[in-house]
Amino acid sequence: MAKLTRRTTLQAAVASTLALPALLPRQAIGQQKPSEIRLGISTFLSGPASVFGVPGRNAADLLIEQFNRAGGIGGVPIRSIVIDEAPGVDFLLGECRRLVQNEGVDVMLASISSGSCLAVAPLAEQLRMPTILWDCGTQRIFEEASYRYCVRTQANAVPEIVAPLLYLMKIRPDFRTLAVLNQDYAWGRDSWAIWKAAMDAVKPGVRVVAELFPRFGATDFSTEITRLLALRPDVIFSTSWGGELDTFIRQAAERRLFERSTFVLPLVESSLERVGKTLPEGVIVGGRGDHWFLHPTAKDTRILKDFTAAYRQRFNLYPIYPTFHMAQALYGLKAGYEKAISANGGSWPSREQLMDTMRGLEFAHLTGTMKIREDGQGLEPMLIGMTKHVNEYPFPVIDRMVLFPPELTMNPIGTKGLDWVRLLTPASVQRAPAEIPYRA
Amino acid sequence: MTLLLFLAILDGLAYAAQVFMVAVGLTLIFGVLRILNVAHGSFFAIGGYVAATLGTWAAATAAAPVLALPVLLLAAVMVGGVLGPAIERLVLARIYTKEHVLQLLVTFALFMILEDVQKLVWGVQPIFQDGPVRALGQVEVGDIIYTAYQLYLLPGVALATLFGLMWFLRRTLTGRVIVAVTEDREAATAMGIDANRVYLLTFTVGTVLAALGGALASPTTSLVPGVGVNMIVLSFAVVATAGLGQIEGAMLTALLIGLGRSVAVYFAPEFEVVIPYIIMVAVLLIRPHGLFGRPELRRV
Amino acid sequence: MDRRLTLPTLAAATTVVALAIAAPWLKFVFTVALAKGLAVLGILLLLRAGQVSFGHALYIAVGAYTVAFLRPAIGEVLLLLPLAATAGTIVGFAVGLFVARYRDIFFGMLNLAFSMVFYSLLEKLYAYTKGTDGIRVPRPTIGGVTLDPVAYEWAVLVGTLALALTLGWLVSRFLASPLGQALPAIKTRETRLEFAGISAKRVLLVAYVASAALAGLGGGIIACTTLHVTPLLSYWTHSGELVFIAILGGAGSVLGPFLGAAVYELVRVYAAAAFPDAWQMILGAVLLVIILFAARGLWGMYEDLVLRKDRRA
Repeated sequence: MAKLTRRTTLQAAVASTLALPALLPRQAIGQQKPSEIRLGISTFLSGPASVFGVPGRNAADLLIEQFNRAGGIGGVPIRSIVIDEAPGVDFLLGECRRLVQNEGVDVMLASISSGSCLAVAPLAEQLRMPTILWDCGTQRIFEEASYRYCVRTQANAVPEIVAPLLYLMKIRPDFRTLAVLNQDYAWGRDSWAIWKAAMDAVKPGVRVVAELFPRFGATDFSTEITRLLALRPDVIFSTSWGGELDTFIRQAAERRLFERSTFVLPLVESSLERVGKTLPEGVIVGGRGDHWFLHPTAKDTRILKDFTAAYRQRFNLYPIYPTFHMAQALYGLKAGYEKAISANGGSWPSREQLMDTMRGLEFAHLTGTMKIREDGQGLEPMLIGMTKHVNEYPFPVIDRMVLFPPELTMNPIGTKGLDWVRLLTPASVQRAPAEIPYRA
Repeated sequence: MTLLLFLAILDGLAYAAQVFMVAVGLTLIFGVLRILNVAHGSFFAIGGYVAATLGTWAAATAAAPVLALPVLLLAAVMVGGVLGPAIERLVLARIYTKEHVLQLLVTFALFMILEDVQKLVWGVQPIFQDGPVRALGQVEVGDIIYTAYQLYLLPGVALATLFGLMWFLRRTLTGRVIVAVTEDREAATAMGIDANRVYLLTFTVGTVLAALGGALASPTTSLVPGVGVNMIVLSFAVVATAGLGQIEGAMLTALLIGLGRSVAVYFAPEFEVVIPYIIMVAVLLIRPHGLFGRPELRRV
Repeated sequence: MDRRLTLPTLAAATTVVALAIAAPWLKFVFTVALAKGLAVLGILLLLRAGQVSFGHALYIAVGAYTVAFLRPAIGEVLLLLPLAATAGTIVGFAVGLFVARYRDIFFGMLNLAFSMVFYSLLEKLYAYTKGTDGIRVPRPTIGGVTLDPVAYEWAVLVGTLALALTLGWLVSRFLASPLGQALPAIKTRETRLEFAGISAKRVLLVAYVASAALAGLGGGIIACTTLHVTPLLSYWTHSGELVFIAILGGAGSVLGPFLGAAVYELVRVYAAAAFPDAWQMILGAVLLVIILFAARGLWGMYEDLVLRKDRRA
């Protein structure tokens, strides 16, 4: 692939006295049906966040093969080109340009890191590049700007934090003290700001006894754990993930911190298989959306069972939330193309037609259906539950599940999430749907 | 308040032991070879990964709890014994006569290569093997629960390493030869010391120590891609603060960092990250050649 | 300028423009490469004195965040870039006063420490910096003119190229001046320098502040190009990258940094495209080969080739 690209570049350089046509993107020329849909995917392939990036890429490989076996999208096969977002924004933006202007990519699935998404979205507008934000969480994207060429096929940080809070209020309304331990980077800070503002609204007067932000990539939390053992907060809230969350859980379990405090871990679904039954029962679990391989309403559907089986067979792991996020992006893209094709009388849609169709699109994915709002933001229910140990699995499953609908947890278009959560009331808690118990 | 301070000191000591184990090998290598080894972090990570792999294998055998600890040492010796001599002979030996910056960058190149090697061998999923921690059980201090691994084993191994190295460097012939090269390379070579052998030996010992640091950390932490990167900066700070090649200096620095960090976590959590740097800058302000460092001879 | 450099310089500048015309995406890559090249030019100054800074990403970040913070008030590239360079100079002077007293590992590590403290600050002061999410920089005007994206990218690329040529020339003049000639003396026998009545500390400080200014400018350009800045810019691996580029390009000439930066970026792009899971290993292997077999870098290889040809002719 590299050799080809280099050769084309050189050839182009030789024959570039009349260079202007090369500035025009491939797609602008005509809208006949392409021979393939080129899909650029940016994800973490190195560094600590590759614990999400690689499962996401794996899910893409698996699903694209499945789609292509069934005729691709509108009869056109998909080919993916994956790039690593780990080296930083200056590298990623260069890669996006290369994919669009050199590889002729038709659609981008952008990024896990919120910083990457915030940087890529304006570039997508500039290049008129249909872009699906497939995993990044920041609510700032569609709150601070409006984009024609970007949509997000998942929720964002606001419901991801409000839902576990409402769940905690429902399950354990009597807590009085709370401590936070988050990674010291944007997500750790953002998620705490949302939680704090929302908590002050639905339950004023909770005392925050410790705000701990160990550095990103910390390998040892024993000092923090001593402190938490001594302070005995009713609730410990942590949006950490990956290796750090695993470490925190192990070290906390070894020192019986779980016996003293109720844990709220909104991202722990992605660590369950790794930490196993070290994570005790009664911990509040989230997974950044409406998905789990034993999803209460979808677990017996063909589509989810087949996906879980195929994913396990190939990668020897259970799917976790980034695999579902990737699936949502791909199912959303497929549904968008198909709807745009039929609206276009069967002929291939332009980029603009595709993106206009994506807005307001309702599509089915592995665990249910979801909708993309007019501003491009996805509306996805939030599955929150509590750990339970069962014999069928060597790791905790999720019991007492509540599916929080987006109306309850997501701020409406035109509002800012951080302002909107301050308007939550104790009544919001009453509107939460009923619990669904775990069934084998 | 006093209890809190006492707890902070316990946490600080446990952390200091880890910091010392991470940095001592680098200090030794730097003292003798004058090479700041960026790949040290990779040795740390690979030591951890190998220990976790062996630990998982040991946990499956009948003698699981007995094997849990020896496996850590075995992993360190394996990693250091293979990687150390290989890298010293094949790569470093070719650049001893070249500029410092090239020596530094060679290890940077090794670090980049080894970073991807880890990913290709062990994947990106966090790996955790806490057999040794569970084998040793828990200790209660007041009503706070600690693990014996953290409270006894880590500081114990750190002290044993410190005194072992001090004994080795001062009381054995090989050790004294190493010290001689550290103090004055030219004079030592002039007296007939085979510097190449000393380099090979020192680099191997340093690599074993790095891998041991990783192996000892592996039961308490998740091994993920990039785990070595974080260790590099920390151990660099220790080496510079300690003074060139000063093992005792490394211990004192580790104590300062460990205690400083835990006090910060208790009383001003926001400062925790910058503690090693603040200590380093403060020490170098007062003692420009590090805690135990002496100015090198000014040569005309 | 050294006459031997004129031809390769012109050839390189023409190649950059020609490739950017042929492949539009290279405009961006080359602009970032040249901006990093400016920072590496500063590294080169310090290398002449035998000192390695493992923290110059600090000044790139200072320049970039200066642009990001001032952008709401000032919307003009021609003002923002000088301000970025000024910010680099000021921080460089303050830090330089302290670090110029140190040599070798202490010099390198103190620089590393300052860059890591700055990196932590960028994350800690979340309310102002938005942490790792970074700050968006709306596209500024150039010379009062609001350009469309493509014209803007061209303008920044050509402007950066011009800056690289000018500053490269200035640095080569500086290196030829008595002050510049004093730098290698710090590397070999500092005491002799002092006997000659020259303060080694002052010489190093001048070089250090100049290198900080260059890196600040480079950071400003990066911010004006990527239009989004994140704390990762100041992370120590990026400082290592700058030293990497300096050696890759070759410390023997002011062309080395730019040559090295362009090659570095291109190797990284193609390595990442061919082996998305192992591009870092390829970069590392390239560096290893360069150091072991061509320690004078790409520029050294070029010199060898040309010199050999000259001898034959």
